[in-house]
Amino acid sequence: MTDRAQTATADLLDRRAFLNRLSLLLSGLIGLVLSVPILAYLLTPLLRRAPGVWLNIGTTDTFKVGETVQVAIEDPSPLPWAGETTRTAIWLRRDGQTDFTAFAVNCTHLACPVNWQAQAKIFLCPCHGGVFYGDGRVAAGPPPRPLPRYDVRVQGANVQVLTRRVPIGGD
Amino acid sequence: MKLLKRAWAWLDDRIGWSSAIWPIVVHPVPKVNWWYVLGSATLIAFIVQVVTGVALAFTYVPAPNAAYESLDFITNRAVFGNVVRGLHYWGSSAMVVLAFAHLAHVFLIGAFKFPREVNWLTGVVLLGMTLAMAFTGQLLRWNQDAYWAVSLMASMASRVPLVGDLLVDIIIAGQTVGGATLTRFYATHVFLIPAAMFVLVGLHLYLVIRHGVSEMPRPGRPVNPKTYRQEYDELLHRDGIPFWPDFAWKDVVFALVTGSLVLLLAVVLGAPELGPQANPTNLEAHPKPDWYFLWLFALLSYAPPALESLVIVGLPLLLGILLVIVPFTAPAGERSWKRRPWAVATVVFFGLSAGALMWQGHRSPWAPVLHAEVPASVSGDLRGDAARGSALFASEACLACHLVGGAGGQRGPDLTFVGDRLTREQLIWRILYGGNNMPAYGQMLSPDDLDALVAFLSERRSR
Ligand code: FES
Repeated sequence: MTDRAQTATADLLDRRAFLNRLSLLLSGLIGLVLSVPILAYLLTPLLRRAPGVWLNIGTTDTFKVGETVQVAIEDPSPLPWAGETTRTAIWLRRDGQTDFTAFAVNCTHLACPVNWQAQAKIFLCPCHGGVFYGDGRVAAGPPPRPLPRYDVRVQGANVQVLTRRVPIGGD
Repeated sequence: MKLLKRAWAWLDDRIGWSSAIWPIVVHPVPKVNWWYVLGSATLIAFIVQVVTGVALAFTYVPAPNAAYESLDFITNRAVFGNVVRGLHYWGSSAMVVLAFAHLAHVFLIGAFKFPREVNWLTGVVLLGMTLAMAFTGQLLRWNQDAYWAVSLMASMASRVPLVGDLLVDIIIAGQTVGGATLTRFYATHVFLIPAAMFVLVGLHLYLVIRHGVSEMPRPGRPVNPKTYRQEYDELLHRDGIPFWPDFAWKDVVFALVTGSLVLLLAVVLGAPELGPQANPTNLEAHPKPDWYFLWLFALLSYAPPALESLVIVGLPLLLGILLVIVPFTAPAGERSWKRRPWAVATVVFFGLSAGALMWQGHRSPWAPVLHAEVPASVSGDLRGDAARGSALFASEACLACHLVGGAGGQRGPDLTFVGDRLTREQLIWRILYGGNNMPAYGQMLSPDDLDALVAFLSERRSR
């Protein structure tokens, strides 16, 4: 092989190595450029927590002192196609004239909906037999934490509940 | 006729059927037995799922305000709708069963060894995806079970260290399980996982062609990576048979049999009951997964609370890791199960424990029975305190967890003959202070009610 031919081959190899890197780099760039808007579209709405809103759930005289009842609260900004799922159930108890306590229905074990047993004054979880006392403390079974609560207040004649993310996982 | 021939010759030249594809179709494979049909049967099941899934997607509406109704329409009004849904449902069961059978077979005949380690790995990922499909598909029913199963799944995900809360956000996609959640599962079930599965199935098949169908293992003929390929080639030369049709006919026959079975189930039993529609304010829920996840369901219920997060997060991880390291723990050596007692023991162990756990999961004795009533055979001729105690036993929710005369829950001990075992004092003590997973009723019972309950219970004797 002549010297010239050798330099030409070396040049060619350099050129190939360069084109190889260039193509890989550009492909990576294309991927990056495309994935930024797509990932942002998918992820950011999830990470934006909606602020809590005080919702009227009825006038004080609709609740009897000492009674625990299931009430539904509406999602303050639902998706138009959310149907039944715009509503969330909570357990509300009137403890005194202006004293109310609101519990989430989600068991702290694995989020199954707990049932209030009016006479026994306990919340029973249908999934694995978790039991909570009337004040939300764990009475038996696998739940690791007391029943999560919602903030409640009385404004004039209205009982209001502060909306929050469904208490699944850390409370 | 001539024209047709010329047209075919033209097409054949352009697509390379005779030169490139046909040789693959008739490539030589070793003589193997019927067990080797399991892989292709899993593939056929996958194809059935794709076809029926596409058909269902023509009608299904993935939005909480319409999903249930669209499924109801498919099931009860669309022509053959119930059969198509049934095919998709029973087909998924078939696919899970076949995939696990294929896995067990490949494991037992040591076909994961050199040079087919990556065949195994792609298979393991495909298995995981198959289960993910089964789970996400169940949620699309958008009935009560599905709704609460999403919450349950999110709650399990929240136990993952560090990223738990983020995972919950990703799963439920909003403040509550609702509008954004269902579309998420729909996209995952219909586009994301299937797309990945297509790629992986392609890879899996390509690898089967590249390394050849493993020959039947013979005891005393270990795999030696240095000589294996040469031996395999010699074997193919000596007594290989063309894949099509000499082996493929078995695949076809088996596919026909399993396919007919699935169709039969779809026609006779149809799709599973939809049950009540998903409704966050309907708290009457007893979420139970489809059969393929009952083992996990049971395991969770039996795990002691302290170990629970470990079971939820660690167990699936551990099983996954075990599956991944299989080909690396024994890449060479004996293939025959007759010389691998531990392999046989492993399959038997996992088979039996999965079976036992699924049975327990199906019975779910740990779940309280709400709204149970004391049977008349017990309460029939009670009077006074005991009669009042019997009523209290139900209304105070004791019956939710305890059996009396065959009715009630099985979470706590059977109290049908508790009077034989415990004295009045012991009964009072247990009721007031609870313990052993029983709530303390001390603050909740009036002394009168306690007396009545104890009167009722101490009369529960075998004589
Ligand atoms: S979810 Fe309530 S006990 Fe398991």
